[in-house]
Amino acid sequence: MPTFFERRQLVTPGDLIAEGDYIAGENTYSENNKTYASRIGIVEYENKKVNVVALRAFYIPRVGDIVIGTVVEVGFNGWTIDINAPYQAHLRASDVLSRPFKPQKDELSQVLGEGDLIVAKIVAYDRTHDPQLTVGEPGLGKITRGQIVKIIPTKIPRVIGRKGSMISMIKQETGCQIILGLNGVILITGKTPEDEELAMMAIHKIEEESHTSGLTDRITQMLKGEKTKREEIEK
Amino acid sequence: MSQKAEKLIDKKGIRLDGRKPDELRPIKIEVGVLSNADGSAYIEQGKNKILAAVFGPRELHPKHLALPDRMVLRCRYHMAPFSVQERKSPAPSRREIELSKVIREALEPSIFLEYYPRTAIDVFIEVLQADGSTRCASIVAAALAIADAGIPMRDLVVACSAGKVDDTIVLDLMDTEDKMGAADVPTALMPNLNAITLLQMDGILTLEEFEKAVSLALEGCRRIYALQKEALKTKYVSIKEDEE
Repeated sequence: MPTFFERRQLVTPGDLIAEGDYIAGENTYSENNKTYASRIGIVEYENKKVNVVALRAFYIPRVGDIVIGTVVEVGFNGWTIDINAPYQAHLRASDVLSRPFKPQKDELSQVLGEGDLIVAKIVAYDRTHDPQLTVGEPGLGKITRGQIVKIIPTKIPRVIGRKGSMISMIKQETGCQIILGLNGVILITGKTPEDEELAMMAIHKIEEESHTSGLTDRITQMLKGEKTKREEIEK
Repeated sequence: MSQKAEKLIDKKGIRLDGRKPDELRPIKIEVGVLSNADGSAYIEQGKNKILAAVFGPRELHPKHLALPDRMVLRCRYHMAPFSVQERKSPAPSRREIELSKVIREALEPSIFLEYYPRTAIDVFIEVLQADGSTRCASIVAAALAIADAGIPMRDLVVACSAGKVDDTIVLDLMDTEDKMGAADVPTALMPNLNAITLLQMDGILTLEEFEKAVSLALEGCRRIYALQKEALKTKYVSIKEDEE
């Protein structure tokens, strides 16, 4: 039962990774007892499971994910939300109003208009139905201030870091609140625009250098360096 | 015809552009050239210059075209008005519509269409300069653009043509050879699965000649596959270097 690539080697779609008794994991598929890559990425083995960490992918909704989306259409009993995925999501009026929705009385565009940004959670999604969102939980709802950063969705885990080390460090250093949408959209709210800019810079750096090791330390250094530079300018 | 045919290959067996019968034209491939598309690729094969852009998977409009069990692959092969000697009308011609279909069918088996039902993938192929075998070069670029968009694929698709010019079976026909030659056999292949996804023949060949042309075209496909793979990896090579 041979494998044809070493750990962390680059593969392209169709590359034969392993033959024999292996389980096809992420971004791979099996045919005739052979495991092939289905996306460009880096090979990882996990006992008998073969995974490919994709370098290029798009966001696929999953129930329970927190996402950040844009209102694209105000319908007659809810909103259509673009969540940066192949499917557009729906948000029901009754969910937002937290009371029975009366089409004669309630004007939906006054609650959420086209172009408004929301933080929401996916409550239902499968192959046959578009994702359904909710904002009825603490921390969810319309975004009123802050900055938005978009990155490739596959890089969100890198921004979080091991056990949240990266994200908590950025929050601490910049004093910003950061909400990560798993669809690759990040909301940063800080006390000053400068703080927000600093956090944005850090996130862009993570996206660019997501594949390198010792990144948390380098980002910490960068943030501290930028902070002292700014203090000097102020003086 | 015999007078013209004599000119296509000289006594030493060298073709009009100085190639041997089983030689490919010089190929240059680049991936990720467009920032507004989800995936893109650019190929130069001899004088051919072709750009491919991919969008999706995304919501399909008009919605009634959506399929409940799989994605819809839409393909547009288009030649720029300045791509040929005499200005080509920008409106899609009969030939372009047919090639769009042929290319779509060559790419379809390589994509896991059943993964994201009710959505669409759009492939746009723009021929900036044409010099024979554009459908093959288009397939090579389009497959790369699809991989670059992060769409799950069974395999890449490569394509190459072979044909008969002056009673000789030659590889990778250019425009004059295509027009003056006796036959043209464009072939597309999924190299790792060893499956042919496109096989056409324009002209007349004996059974033996046909078999020889197909095996030569497949040999060409495998050579182009090495270049295609290299181009896709080049975009991410810095990642590996940093790793080491």
